[in-house]
Order: sequence, then C-alpha cells, then structure tokens
Amino acid sequence: MKSSVITFPGSNCDRDMDVALTKFGFKNKMVWHNDQELPKSDLIVLPGGFSYGDYLRCGSMASKSKIMHSVINFAKSGGLVMGICNGFQILVESGLVPGVLLRNKYLQFICKNIHVKVDNKENTFFKNLDKKVLEFHIAHNEGNYFCTNDQLKEIEDNNQIAIYYCDQNGNTNDQINPNGSIKNIAGILNKEKNVLGMMPHPERMIDQSLSGEDGSIFFKNLLNNIK
Amino acid sequence: MKVSAVITLKKDVLDPQGKVIHETLDGMGFNSVNEVRQGKYFEIDVKENDPKKAKDLVEDMCKKLLANLVIENYKIIETQ
Repeated sequence: MKSSVITFPGSNCDRDMDVALTKFGFKNKMVWHNDQELPKSDLIVLPGGFSYGDYLRCGSMASKSKIMHSVINFAKSGGLVMGICNGFQILVESGLVPGVLLRNKYLQFICKNIHVKVDNKENTFFKNLDKKVLEFHIAHNEGNYFCTNDQLKEIEDNNQIAIYYCDQNGNTNDQINPNGSIKNIAGILNKEKNVLGMMPHPERMIDQSLSGEDGSIFFKNLLNNIK
Repeated sequence: MKVSAVITLKKDVLDPQGKVIHETLDGMGFNSVNEVRQGKYFEIDVKENDPKKAKDLVEDMCKKLLANLVIENYKIIETQ
C-alpha cells in the first residue's frame, strides 16, 4: 500500500508519520507543499506541526498551498486523506471536513496522553478495530472543535463524528474534555467518510518502550482495511 | 489605494481571550465594561485606484482567506 505525507513549512510530525507508516508496511513518500502532483497513493496524510507559524489562523495558509489542489481533488474523487493535529486544522480550513478548531478553552497549550472513544466504525479508518477506547497523545493550542448548530445536526445525522475524548473506561463528559470541543469531539469525518481529521497523534503511540501501542493497533488496522 | 478590513468573531463563538482581557480591565478599575471581543485588523494596499473595485477585491480576500466565515464576520471599514 502506498502513502504520501505532505510537508508544509513548519510541519514537525511529518517524519514521525513517515516512521509510523513505514513501520507498519506502507510504502511512504514525502511530498513537498510546493509540488503540484501527488505520487500514486492509497492514503494521503497531512501531518502535525505549525505550518506557516500558525499565522492568521492555524492551517489557513497551508490550505491554500499548491499541493492542496491535488489533495482536494484526490479527496473529492474518493481517495483516503487523514489530517492529524495541524493536518486537521488544514482540512477544516480547506473545507474538506466541516467546522473549525478554536483556541483551547482555557488558553493553554495542552501536551498529554488522552483517551478517545471510537464509536463509529463504518469507515475505512476505524472499521474492524477491536478496541473501543484508544490511548493517544495530544499536543495543541487550537484543538477546540466548534461548528454551528446546523452543522452539528448535519454531522450527527450523517454519523460523521469519528472519535470523542473520554476517560480510560470510555465515558465522555465535560471533566474529561481537554480543550472545550463541542460534544468532546476529537476527530471528524467528511460526509463520504474518506477524509478523517483528528487532533490526537496515533504516530506517537507506536512503541511500547517509548509511549504505548494503541497507535500501532490503529495503523495495523488501517493497513488491513486499505488492502 | 489602501483598504482596511476588520475581522471579528461571530456573536455565539466563545472568545476566551476577550474574556480574560475583560477580567483584567475589571481588575484595573475599568468597571464599566459589558463585554470585550478581540478581533483582527488588516490594512491592505491594493494596486487599484477605483474605490469600488478596491473594496470588492478586499471583500473577496476576506471571504477566501482573511476570515473563516464559520466563526468570523468581516467588515470593510475605510478606503483612502
């Protein structure tokens, strides 16, 4: 399976993502934001980081970069696209997934391990996943997911909420919400379910001795689902 | 020609920075503040001498990049 990771000026999780994808069997290529053509890929990943120094709004500049025209076309023709952290912010700014990511509710940069609940398995990213609760890592200043009431109704009706922040037993409530996101939303899909944006970093959870293995579970499952 | 645009958060969007500024002002003795909303101000010098065209151009920029219309409103405030 072939994957491509896009590097924007200021991306800093692009190589971690490359390591993770390669470890679990993807043939990965790194793609520069100023390129126009995407290599033939089964999965495109927009990595985390601080593209363009988070100027104007996080992800807003990167969403207008040259390669994004190809990424948007790829997504619109059904290709799998995943945006992690800053990649999620780029996805919302490009309109590929609904909503926006606001500054964290308590104005603090959050860097810690969290748990997410996977309720929605009717998509390629989480289909066949054995575990319902995964431990991932978050590191962001603008991860407070927000959308209008109309949009919220639409994404709920279309089953587009991919993952929720929860405690280790899978309970979602205000106390466990790290950043103020509406409904504890940590990740969201587009209507067609081929584009996933999420704040947590699975690529930081691929080694038991360093962090944890829930990222490994996610990537292995993803590869099997694409095969 | 210079055109200015002001971007503000929509009414229903939480503005934690504005809230903190409000509380700080309160602590400083400015007790007559009802609410503070923080926004962004852009001064754009465009290669266009017709005020209407210049304004339309900046409006287009607001819609496509400067503002995120899910959470923000924009207002063209002056041309000179």
